[in-house]
Amino acid sequence: MAAKEKITGINDVDIPADKLRQMYYDMLMIRRLEEKSAQMYQQGKISGFCHLYVGQEAVAVGAVAALSDDDYVMTSYRDHGLALARGMTPNVLMAELYGKATGCSKGKGGSMHLFDVEKNFIGGYGIVGGHLPLAIGYGFASKYRKDNRVTACFFGDGSVAQGAFHESLNMAALWELPVVFICENNMYGMGTHVKRALAHDNIYDQAQAYDMPGYQLIGNNIFDVYLKVKQAGDLARKTGTPTLIEARTYRFRGHSMSDPATYRTKEEVDEQKGKDCLTVLKDALIKEKICKEDEFKEMDSEIKKIVADSVEFSEKSPEPPLDALYEDVFV
Amino acid sequence: MSTQTVAETNSKVKEVTFREALNEAMAEEMQRDPNVFLIGEEVAEYNGAYKVSQGLLEKFGPERVKDTPIAELAFCGLGVGAAMAGLRPIVEMMTFNFSILAMDQIINNAIKIRYMSGGAFKCPLVVRGPNGAAHSLGAQHSQSFESLYAYWPGLKLVVPGTCKDAKGLLKSAIRDDNPVIFMESELMYGWKGDIPTEEYTIPLGVGDIKRAGKDVTLVAWGKMVDLSLKAAELLEKDGISAEIIDPRTIRPLDETLIFNSVKKTNRCVVVEEGHRFSGVGAEISDRIQQNSFDHLDAPVIRVTQEDVPMPYAKNLEYASIVTPEKVVQAVKKVLYIK
Ligand SMILES: Cc1ncc(C[n+]2csc(CCOP(=O)(O)OP(=O)(O)O)c2C)c(N)n1
Ligand SMILES: [Mg+2]
Repeated sequence: MAAKEKITGINDVDIPADKLRQMYYDMLMIRRLEEKSAQMYQQGKISGFCHLYVGQEAVAVGAVAALSDDDYVMTSYRDHGLALARGMTPNVLMAELYGKATGCSKGKGGSMHLFDVEKNFIGGYGIVGGHLPLAIGYGFASKYRKDNRVTACFFGDGSVAQGAFHESLNMAALWELPVVFICENNMYGMGTHVKRALAHDNIYDQAQAYDMPGYQLIGNNIFDVYLKVKQAGDLARKTGTPTLIEARTYRFRGHSMSDPATYRTKEEVDEQKGKDCLTVLKDALIKEKICKEDEFKEMDSEIKKIVADSVEFSEKSPEPPLDALYEDVFV
Repeated sequence: MSTQTVAETNSKVKEVTFREALNEAMAEEMQRDPNVFLIGEEVAEYNGAYKVSQGLLEKFGPERVKDTPIAELAFCGLGVGAAMAGLRPIVEMMTFNFSILAMDQIINNAIKIRYMSGGAFKCPLVVRGPNGAAHSLGAQHSQSFESLYAYWPGLKLVVPGTCKDAKGLLKSAIRDDNPVIFMESELMYGWKGDIPTEEYTIPLGVGDIKRAGKDVTLVAWGKMVDLSLKAAELLEKDGISAEIIDPRTIRPLDETLIFNSVKKTNRCVVVEEGHRFSGVGAEISDRIQQNSFDHLDAPVIRVTQEDVPMPYAKNLEYASIVTPEKVVQAVKKVLYIK
């Protein structure tokens, strides 16, 4: 019962100070970029479905920090955060949301379908649970090639009800595929609370059924995320054993830009906002004298500038040429 | 006109949205028959992802209006089993894109159980939800599935194009003893139209002439009916009179209505939201040439979505979908007008 153990703190992880600072920077980048995306969506610059990652930043950033650059990461349609954490530039991300030719998917994917092959960010997928089988495919390829790479597959609590989740975990365990399954349990799948969707809502317990390790972690605590993903990643790399991690987290905003989220009380949301992952890390950085208050302000203005630039970049970028319509249907 | 509905004999109408028309159909049928129930993602407490089931939980309670986990294969299969056991499920797919996960249940169980059991079972199941493209939803969320379902013997496929048809056809679909796929459209939910104030049904398998004309027949269903009406208005300006035939159900298909129109106009364009290859339009064109070859003054032309997955960027998306202008072009082609 990982959740009942003592709370993981900054001194439980061996992360150098500059990396810790960078992790905060990356989280803040996600937060600010998401806020800007919301603003641009409301102005009609971005359309379609747009799912924000606000509140969950520590999961993506903490996990990526615990993995190697060679490892594959993938997630659902709520993909802006992980893409940025993995090093996608705000420019190509924002341009994709704008549907511009300079976007990471040349404007053909949109918010839900971000990809950055060079950073081993292998996507943004729109069908709930639909990418878990791909993760075991990547795991299979790594094992086949003995390339020592791990695949970290992120997905929501909603996926756990899908057959694809169970089929994938079973095969990963059966064939010892180096995959870390990271379920971001933000307590809701759209308007449905996890207790109304899952017969057993301690998701990490599902690991037992497939004879693999399972951990629950506190998603707003980046040290906890780092520690457990590191452990799981190391295990997968060394032995091929997959792990199921349940990160308890919360999305501060609605499911997507079109969801007013009236199924949650203001008290519930406020309570969660009071446990903001950004504050948790910031407090620790201050306490450990890694950063001073001023530095946070500097970081924030630098980030806001970068985010504003990404909007300008997107505004100025061309639409995809009409010839692109028939490109990339086949190789 | 072959539309034999109560509507024609009843002059009293009221204006509703497409989603309200569907909602009324479900509410009335649930009222009428306690075996009818609705399940799907977000249908109950959220009142439907697109608010089609607004108020039904309140009216009929949680036993009959049930939110499901995100498990299309299982809850659709549950619908098949419950139908075999004697209930009359309405399974809502949040969108038909997700029905792909349930296709095994629909194709292998729902539509074959009667035949392979030698008639031992019936499967009065309705699977309904939005189909086709909306705006900027990208490749995995903008797909038209008519032809994938139309392929199978044993399945009925309904694609209403107006509020009135939506209500009357959904009521018939719920009362039908066979599995019925019922396709709506996200973009149509807010559309308004008149429906009779009194109860009515529209039989499955009976098409409708949505616009009378003499120069060319446009065959269109679902969202394409309205688009074809727009095209017809553009054509009118050029002195071309288009007749619009809405089969309303793809299976069973009211081919006689189509043939009769083609015999009159001698030219035909089939307008289909989905892809070209193996599309429903291919079947319709084939039937026209088999039946009405001597009446055709030009080959049947099909207007479809471009043969690419749906792109996200607005300009590419627009280039990819069917537009009234593309229909106008096709009509001019069958009329040999430059
Ligand atoms: C197979 C499938 N069914 C339904 C949907 C519609 N849908 C999109 S997101 C979502 C909720 C998913 O919740 P969860 O997995 O908890 O992820 P979260 O959005 O909370 O990150 C649903 C039902 C979908 N995309 N795919
Ligand atoms: Mg969730």
